Amino acid sequence: MEKLPEIRNYTFNFGPQHPAAHGVLRLILEVDGETIVRADPHIGLLHRATEKLAESKPYNHTIGYMDRLDYVSMMCNEHGYVLAIEKLLGVTPPIRAQYIRVMFDEITRILNHLLWLGAHALDIGAMSMFLYCFREREDLLDCYEAASGARMHATYYRPGGVYRDLPDKMPQYKPSIWHNAKEVAKLNENRQGSLLDFIWDFTNRFPTRVDEYETLLTDNRIWKQRTVNIGVISPERAIALGFTGPMLRACGVEWDLRRKQPYEVYDQLDFKIPIGLRGDTYSRYLVRIEEMRQSNHIIRQCVEWLRKNPGPVIINNQKIAPPSRVTMKKSMEAMIHHFKLMTEGYALPEGEAYAAIEHPKGEFGVYLVSDGANKPYRLKIRAAGFPHLAAFEELVKGHMISDVVTVISSIDIVFGEIDR
Amino acid sequence: MMTEILLVGGILIKILVIVVVLLLAVAYLTFLERKVVGYIQTRIGPNRVGPYGLLQPIADVLKLLNKELIIPRESNQFLFIIAPMISIGTAIAAWAVIPFDKIQVLANVNAGILYLFALSSLGVYGVLIAGWASNSKYAMFGALRAAAQSISYEIGMGFALVGVMMAAGSLNLQTIIHAQAGGFWHWYWLPLMPLFLSYWICGIAETNRLPFDVAEGESELVAGFHVEYSGTAFALFFLAEYTNMILISAIIAILFFGGWLSPFEGIPGLQPLFAWVPGLVWFLLKMSFFIFCYLWFRGTFPRYRYDQIMRLGWKILIPVTLVWIIVIGLAVQWHLPPWFA
Repeated sequence: MEKLPEIRNYTFNFGPQHPAAHGVLRLILEVDGETIVRADPHIGLLHRATEKLAESKPYNHTIGYMDRLDYVSMMCNEHGYVLAIEKLLGVTPPIRAQYIRVMFDEITRILNHLLWLGAHALDIGAMSMFLYCFREREDLLDCYEAASGARMHATYYRPGGVYRDLPDKMPQYKPSIWHNAKEVAKLNENRQGSLLDFIWDFTNRFPTRVDEYETLLTDNRIWKQRTVNIGVISPERAIALGFTGPMLRACGVEWDLRRKQPYEVYDQLDFKIPIGLRGDTYSRYLVRIEEMRQSNHIIRQCVEWLRKNPGPVIINNQKIAPPSRVTMKKSMEAMIHHFKLMTEGYALPEGEAYAAIEHPKGEFGVYLVSDGANKPYRLKIRAAGFPHLAAFEELVKGHMISDVVTVISSIDIVFGEIDR
Repeated sequence: MMTEILLVGGILIKILVIVVVLLLAVAYLTFLERKVVGYIQTRIGPNRVGPYGLLQPIADVLKLLNKELIIPRESNQFLFIIAPMISIGTAIAAWAVIPFDKIQVLANVNAGILYLFALSSLGVYGVLIAGWASNSKYAMFGALRAAAQSISYEIGMGFALVGVMMAAGSLNLQTIIHAQAGGFWHWYWLPLMPLFLSYWICGIAETNRLPFDVAEGESELVAGFHVEYSGTAFALFFLAEYTNMILISAIIAILFFGGWLSPFEGIPGLQPLFAWVPGLVWFLLKMSFFIFCYLWFRGTFPRYRYDQIMRLGWKILIPVTLVWIIVIGLAVQWHLPPWFA
């Protein structure tokens, strides 16, 4: 009798150049028909040695590298880093700076969740969602630009405060061959006041926009069929695997660093922590949608406070924070301070510190070891997305190829952060 | 002898007119799609090439024709090249039996519906062969999905057509249109509503459009069955897909919406007022509506998963059509007015 042909599973390569790989994820998928038997994520294709680079630079030169870790939630990364430095230095930023940081953290959270929502919907096939989300992101990136001068890599948070106070007026659009004066006037309508007015206008508009997204997706039959009970994980397993952020909250664990280990002024603000019930893709979707609404609420409280309470935004310790440009031109001492800060930086006392913040993707931690020099002895970054990706196989096993895409986008990974 | 030459010449001219107009329509359908989807997505779509971007499709065609045709070394070269030809050939050939108005039809054959059904089934071979011949894992998945999907949906589609045949008592498309005469409420969409909806859904699935585009599955299989194709060969698949979209819209207009019949028939004031409008215009308007719906769906829905599509086909569409065939059978038997009197 002739030997029967051996039936083997199909192994195929997903990425690193795949439209749904969210950057440079490479997956080796072993499939039986369309069912996933094994999924093996390969990482490291975007490794830029951020941690090692930081060891050869003064502390204040590394802030810009933090933006480039998770490049969709830039200011949150900076926040984790400057918090660690402040912890070692033992300084506290002025209260106004803390409010500004919280406001921008929440703006960043909305930015991140909008990109996530757009990409998630795009991966499931609802293409329009992507462009709707980018419409909103545009306004928030304008806020970044108005405050820091850069739309993405802001380098706005500094040890001891923030780089500068919020601007009193927004940049305006100018007429061009594509947009005449009338169209431009319409575009500039909500840019007449200060940055805070612009943000206030956004927060008025944003909840109705989220309602619109929800009408398109939340009760959509196809959307639910694609996401309910896909990539389920139990709360116990999620904790064991080191899940944090929306991934953990979607399993029903109420864990949020903004509440459990409050930093800055989060303990004075009113917000709720949404949790999911099933720990599936749909719960993660619902949790993130609600987080956007809560962030909107927090931003409004910050704007109200910031309008009423002017004040300094960075500590007046010129060994840490640079003097203003004006004094620098006149005062010899200020100029020396500036020169020293920009070249040598400052030394941190010997010791170690771990600072963690509630990053849009989970717990973003920075562990800093100082030997007393002006450069860190070791900088370790706890990327929020790393444990989530590590659990990827557990999430997709037994699902189908289409679900791989759904699950990848639902865990919200960004390779800048995972590969570092 | 002379008359035969004239006859053949006349047919050739008709074919030429249909094909040229069809290809132009496809070119501008891609433009329309980009515009419509653009406005749905708060963009403005192409507007740089020519006035209002109207030359964009021409530029696209030129670009695709100038691209290198890459044939993967490990592929089955003969099948690789023949596959897009099958796709486009069947897509265009199907137009032979479509009646454009009372007299304009290339071939008024008696088995018109069967011919359409046969050609739309054949078109799947193009996809299947392309996926297999490419010797790529992604293409293979696309082809397998396309094959499974087409087989399941053809059954539902076939049953929907059976209902129409029973109602009209004919396989000839012109006869089917005449059987619907008598105005908007006499068209088959009303008595055959479940069949119409099933056919519509099956038609979208057959053409691999959202929400059923798993064979291409942009975010999963990158481009599915045509992932290895480039240049002209890719353009042929593209043409075939869009030709099929127009074809399905035309078939729906003919079978369920009275083809070239005026919607104002039987309405005292409006019928004479619109009597001068040629049947072709009504036909095109009805077609355009369904084509627009294709684009509308694309801008709105997420994509189904492969097994969910199967479930929809087997567990919902086929039972619904089967039940309604019985209902139609009884209605025809008892001469239910006003449709089957």
